[in-house]
Amino acid sequence: MSRLAIEDVSRIFPAGRGHAPTVALEPTTLAVGDNDFISILGPSGCGKSTLLRIVAGLDAPTSGRVLLDGVPVRGPGADRGMVFQSYTLFPWLTVRENICFGLREKGVPQTVQSDTAARYIDRVGLRGFENHYPKMLSGGMQQRTAIARALANEPKILLLDEPFGALDNQTRALMQELLLGIWEAEKKTVLFVTHDIEEAIFVAGRVAVMTARPGRIKWEMAVELPHPRHYTVKTSAVFSALKARLTEEIRVEALRASAASDATAAISG
Amino acid sequence: MTPLKPISAARKALYGIAFFVLFVAAWSAATLGGLVSPTFLADPLTMVREGYTLFAKYGFAKDVALTIWRVVGGFILAAAVAVPLGIAMGAYKPIEAFFEPFVSFARYLPASAFIPLLILWAGIGEMQKLLVIFIGSFFQVVLMVAVTVGSVRRDLVEAAYTLGANARGIVRRVLLPSSAPAIAETLRLVLGWAWTYVIVAELIGASSGIGHMITDSQALLNTGQIIFGIIVIGMIGLVSDFAFKWANQRLFPWSLA
Repeated sequence: MSRLAIEDVSRIFPAGRGHAPTVALEPTTLAVGDNDFISILGPSGCGKSTLLRIVAGLDAPTSGRVLLDGVPVRGPGADRGMVFQSYTLFPWLTVRENICFGLREKGVPQTVQSDTAARYIDRVGLRGFENHYPKMLSGGMQQRTAIARALANEPKILLLDEPFGALDNQTRALMQELLLGIWEAEKKTVLFVTHDIEEAIFVAGRVAVMTARPGRIKWEMAVELPHPRHYTVKTSAVFSALKARLTEEIRVEALRASAASDATAAISG
Repeated sequence: MTPLKPISAARKALYGIAFFVLFVAAWSAATLGGLVSPTFLADPLTMVREGYTLFAKYGFAKDVALTIWRVVGGFILAAAVAVPLGIAMGAYKPIEAFFEPFVSFARYLPASAFIPLLILWAGIGEMQKLLVIFIGSFFQVVLMVAVTVGSVRRDLVEAAYTLGANARGIVRRVLLPSSAPAIAETLRLVLGWAWTYVIVAELIGASSGIGHMITDSQALLNTGQIIFGIIVIGMIGLVSDFAFKWANQRLFPWSLA
């Protein structure tokens, strides 16, 4: 049995004043096995974040259901840790206190909290910054803290919603390696949403490609690159072939999306 | 001058003081130069002398203390009820739907217009003064706190949910700490308004306080004392403002850019 099962999940945002209902997500099915690292790749606006928010329980599906270890998801919970694209560290808490937030909510004893925090602070390379407030950290450090905060809670699955989207290219590459290193060491189940093809391949064991809006998963591709992966793998022939294949798939969708928006503009204009 | 370009701390202080100097100079020129009759406006020197007389002969210190007590007392009473209610309204939409329309309406009821009614209900004692401050501050604080709490960043709330927080945890460990600096700022602002209400309350139906001294001096056409009273209020306001700002910086170091 898979760890996470997304079964025919769709999302339609109801009509508002002056606009028709929006189909953000067409019935989508995805099975995530234990310790899988899956990238969900799609053009912007395809509903990939909506899908992740539904898994997190922050949004409810219009139809279908999400099962975690066979139990339907009804709302957000500590068993699904999430890292957002926006910086969501609590600004009034230090790095250590942010990492302990979930443990504190659970009522974990202080000593265990500080041991766990220390472990994850080391893991994401933030030793020496434990008592810094988020505003004193760079974007990359903030996202590392956010990853540590999600991991410290020991969730069954880690959900990452374009966590490196706001970072510059160099920091982004380093963060990918950091994330991959953590996965290689600790074997977590991860669902990683991105629109960056290279990133999707580099970190994942499997890439799920979504169609343009209204989105659904149209194709899945296994990434058979050995672990541990070194960043130089990005320049290998195998990697390039995978990238070429995905670029083609995504390009088709991006063209469809842009044709659709041109058509809408033509109708309304 | 370049738009939005910062200036050095020394020059900032210098410019701030310069205005006060110019202000007093213009005042002196107008009064000591004989442009304005002393009946309408006392000159700065007379004002200082009258101020000294007030403290030395008429026990003005007691009036000042009483006025401060009334403002602080009424304000603390108002804040003690308004802040929790505002937090509840900001956090829970049904509570907001229940109270918000009435509070929005009550906010526009002028506190000073209640004074005759309050004298009828509570006499001209301390309770009446406290009630004026209470009515004047309460509704403002409720609404401003509710808006602050209601506009806490959604992504922070969502992050807390994914970390396992329940409703209680969200209110106590996300909404509250996140809004605390803005709530403190609201209190600082409304305390400033409370000062205008207390003086109005003391102008009508009081036998002590800075406002009462001002009405007394008006009867005697003593503009020096009136101006001195007004300046004392300004000084107290300035001190309380600084105290609030100082405390906020100490309490919420994380919120400073």
